[in-house]
Amino acid sequence: MSLLFAQLLTGLADAATLFLVASGLSLIFGVTRIVNFSHGSFYMLGAFIGYSLMQVLPGMFGFWASVLLAGVAVGLIGVIVEICVLRPIYRAPELFQLVATFGVILIIQDVALFTWGADDLLGPRAPGLTGIVRIMGEPVPKYDLALIAITPLVLFSLWYMITKTRVGILVRAATQDREMVGALGVNQAWLFTGVFFLGAMLAGLGGAIQLPKGGADLLMDFNILAAIFVVVVIGGMGSLPGAYAAAVLISVLNVYGVTYIPQSTLVLMFVVMAVVLMIKPFGLFGREEVAGEHGQVGEPERPIKPAGPRGRLMVAGLIFLLALIPLSGSNFAQILTTDIITFALFAASLHFILGLGGLVSFGHAAYFGGGAYVAALLVTHLGANMEIAFVLAPFGAALGAVMIGWLCMRRTGVYFAMLTLAFAQLIWSLVYQWDEFTGGDDGLVDIWPAAWLNGTSVYYYFTMLFGIGGILALRHVAHSPFGYALRASRDSTRQAEATGIHTKRVQWAAFSFAGAMAGLAGALFVFSKGSVFPTELEIAKSFDGLIVVFLGGVKTLSGGVVGAASLELVKDVLTRFEYWRLSLGVLIIVVVILAPNGIVGTLHKLGERLGMTGKTEDR
Amino acid sequence: MSVVLRVDDLSKSFGGVQAVKDVSFSIEQGELLAMIGPNGAGKTTCFNMLMGQLKPTGGEVFFKGENLTGRQPRDIWRMGIGRTFQVTAAYSSMTVVENVQMALISHHRRIFSFLPFAHKLYKEEAMSLLDLVGMSDQAERHCAILAYGDLKRLELSIALCHKPSLLLMDEPTAGMAPTERFKLMQLTSDIVRDQNISVLFTEHDMDVVFTHSHRVMVLNRGELIADGSVDEIRNDARVQEIYLGGGNLYQKAKAAKHD
Ligand SMILES: Nc1ncnc2c1ncn2[C@@H]1O[C@H](COP(=O)(O)OP(=O)(O)O)[C@@H](O)[C@H]1O
Ligand SMILES: [Mg+2]
Repeated sequence: MSLLFAQLLTGLADAATLFLVASGLSLIFGVTRIVNFSHGSFYMLGAFIGYSLMQVLPGMFGFWASVLLAGVAVGLIGVIVEICVLRPIYRAPELFQLVATFGVILIIQDVALFTWGADDLLGPRAPGLTGIVRIMGEPVPKYDLALIAITPLVLFSLWYMITKTRVGILVRAATQDREMVGALGVNQAWLFTGVFFLGAMLAGLGGAIQLPKGGADLLMDFNILAAIFVVVVIGGMGSLPGAYAAAVLISVLNVYGVTYIPQSTLVLMFVVMAVVLMIKPFGLFGREEVAGEHGQVGEPERPIKPAGPRGRLMVAGLIFLLALIPLSGSNFAQILTTDIITFALFAASLHFILGLGGLVSFGHAAYFGGGAYVAALLVTHLGANMEIAFVLAPFGAALGAVMIGWLCMRRTGVYFAMLTLAFAQLIWSLVYQWDEFTGGDDGLVDIWPAAWLNGTSVYYYFTMLFGIGGILALRHVAHSPFGYALRASRDSTRQAEATGIHTKRVQWAAFSFAGAMAGLAGALFVFSKGSVFPTELEIAKSFDGLIVVFLGGVKTLSGGVVGAASLELVKDVLTRFEYWRLSLGVLIIVVVILAPNGIVGTLHKLGERLGMTGKTEDR
Repeated sequence: MSVVLRVDDLSKSFGGVQAVKDVSFSIEQGELLAMIGPNGAGKTTCFNMLMGQLKPTGGEVFFKGENLTGRQPRDIWRMGIGRTFQVTAAYSSMTVVENVQMALISHHRRIFSFLPFAHKLYKEEAMSLLDLVGMSDQAERHCAILAYGDLKRLELSIALCHKPSLLLMDEPTAGMAPTERFKLMQLTSDIVRDQNISVLFTEHDMDVVFTHSHRVMVLNRGELIADGSVDEIRNDARVQEIYLGGGNLYQKAKAAKHD
């Protein structure tokens, strides 16, 4: 009993950081509708800056001053990010901004590496709060008690600010109705900047305040990202009390989980989230999202047409050129192109549901990695032939997509995205923790192609056949009645349903089809590398897919493929340099600002302006 | 004549607001029936319940004797009811003709077909429907840039794709110039006569209502306060009192035109 209570206290103390960071994310999303992927990076910066400040500011006063100053410093960094990176692209299509925030992640990673080095930093202990107290006989760190006391204070101050002050009322107005802010005569740009300051500051505070418990390291940004998304979703987007309740729920359950079912730790919060969303679709304290509230920003998509003779000729020419690559004898070029084609198929499959279906999946890596693992497991445990494993992989991935899709399809918008993320993490943690079956962190190795495919060039042609074949199949389906029904469901659910289209069923089928194609890409991948590791199922992999789809152009058919090829090529060049993340991050942000319609969309516009391609519309 | 649609004591409340109260009426085959009433009277809510977009809190709807209360819009559409919306809802990423083709693909139950090119399917059928509403010259235009009145006509052709026996048109002429308005209603009358279907429509322009409809129902604050021929409605004391407030019917309607 007393142990249970002590664990409860530990959970409550852990909730402090989670709440601080998540409430910042929630505020930013609520007001600006930006899904800020770089929020974990703000948190990490808070820890590093707080650490440095604590080295120079002594004593108890110094400690708490450092925490506050770290928060302010990160808040200012947030302001810089908002003004330089996000402000130019508010008018870009929905969710496009998350690509830019991904660029920010990359930049901050290298800046932190450069400034603080690669070693983990052990956080200093809080002066005056170093000991323990005994509560019902159990030792409880004093610092934990401080955290438990501080969090409700922060919650109350935020709540007071939001409900009682003029700024807060504006923030709420903006959260509920964005048009209204303009009507109130408020400069929306500065409101957004202010909210970014506050949100980033909260993340920074969270990072600094956890130093005595956790220290600072370079993996903190991604490590907390999934958790804070989960907290915001469970609590309800934009709700502060919700964020607090969810942070407590997750942290406390986590402490108990670690003690009593240690295998569950990684999965637990996602299970909780899935359960909450099944029961309370908009989170514990969330408001119902009015359909179309986030509306499509920017111009509507253009009609699509299958490639004309010129387009076909160009594609055929490109395929012909690709087929010539092995003749050059360069192993490197073949391996690079194999990687590009595999990744392009993965991106094209994501584009299919994201672009055509309007369903934003944050967890598409589950089907790519899933396909790779299905093949690898079949080979490892059943000694299956490569051919059989290869054929079954897409079906395995599709089966996963059918089941996960069925669950996620009950929600829309950001909640759908978060559910896909949750299930992807679930699969990742299963693979990661089930050592005996999946090899865990060590992955599965020795997964080579059949003898007749063993050889760089042969496998290269094999990849071309299935990779490009898959991409062309996805493209063809886009022009088929099914593809049209998918776009119809996205454009106007109401009209589609009123003319006999079962929109959810269409979207579910599309989700499964995209899963199968991602699984095919995964199968191509695993036999080209000979191994697979849990990294192929990670959030970072899913984000990679999202980034290239948005970079290439969501509202264009070839966006996914072009984005994937560009990113793979650029990465190949940049990774030879030391600070390649920084360069890539800057490059992504520059592209995002210069080409808000994605690479293909912007090229298309440019072509139109120069009169090279026929105008598709007489506007 | 036979009854196509029968509505029994239909009610809907949103929280505390009783938007529709015990509304009962029926529609005969081949009838052009107008539902009028000031803004907020509950007309759109009624339509939403007939077509399944909203679940009624009370009452039932029978279509050709079959109870359709609580069914999904897509099933109701398959049974033979088409609808146009007060706020248009065409597919903005498609061309005009593709919008119609999409509905035809659904009509022919080809949604889960992966091989043919959708833009080649049922093109002639789609063009003749567009021709019917006078939109064939704009067939290849991008739907997102159509004028509002044209969108309304496009929606009408889409609603006709499944060869419905009942058409629900929510403010079909809103946003149109008066001449355009009469043309569209004339067209609707022709369709009713030629295809022997029934139409239930809402309209704020009383000239249009009194010229074209066979029968008029008046809804006020969710209640059906009158139901009769054009002449009966014109001279109904209650209608004049509640709906017209003694003033000029046409002027009143004009002032209340935009929701
Ligand atoms: N989804 C809804 N939630 C709450 N109230 C609604 C909703 N839809 C309509 N109402 C209310 O129901 C009443 C009838 O609205 P409506 O059917 O749109 O009227 P009409 O189409 O005759 O102008 C109005 O008072 C409106 O505010
Ligand atoms: Mg209405």
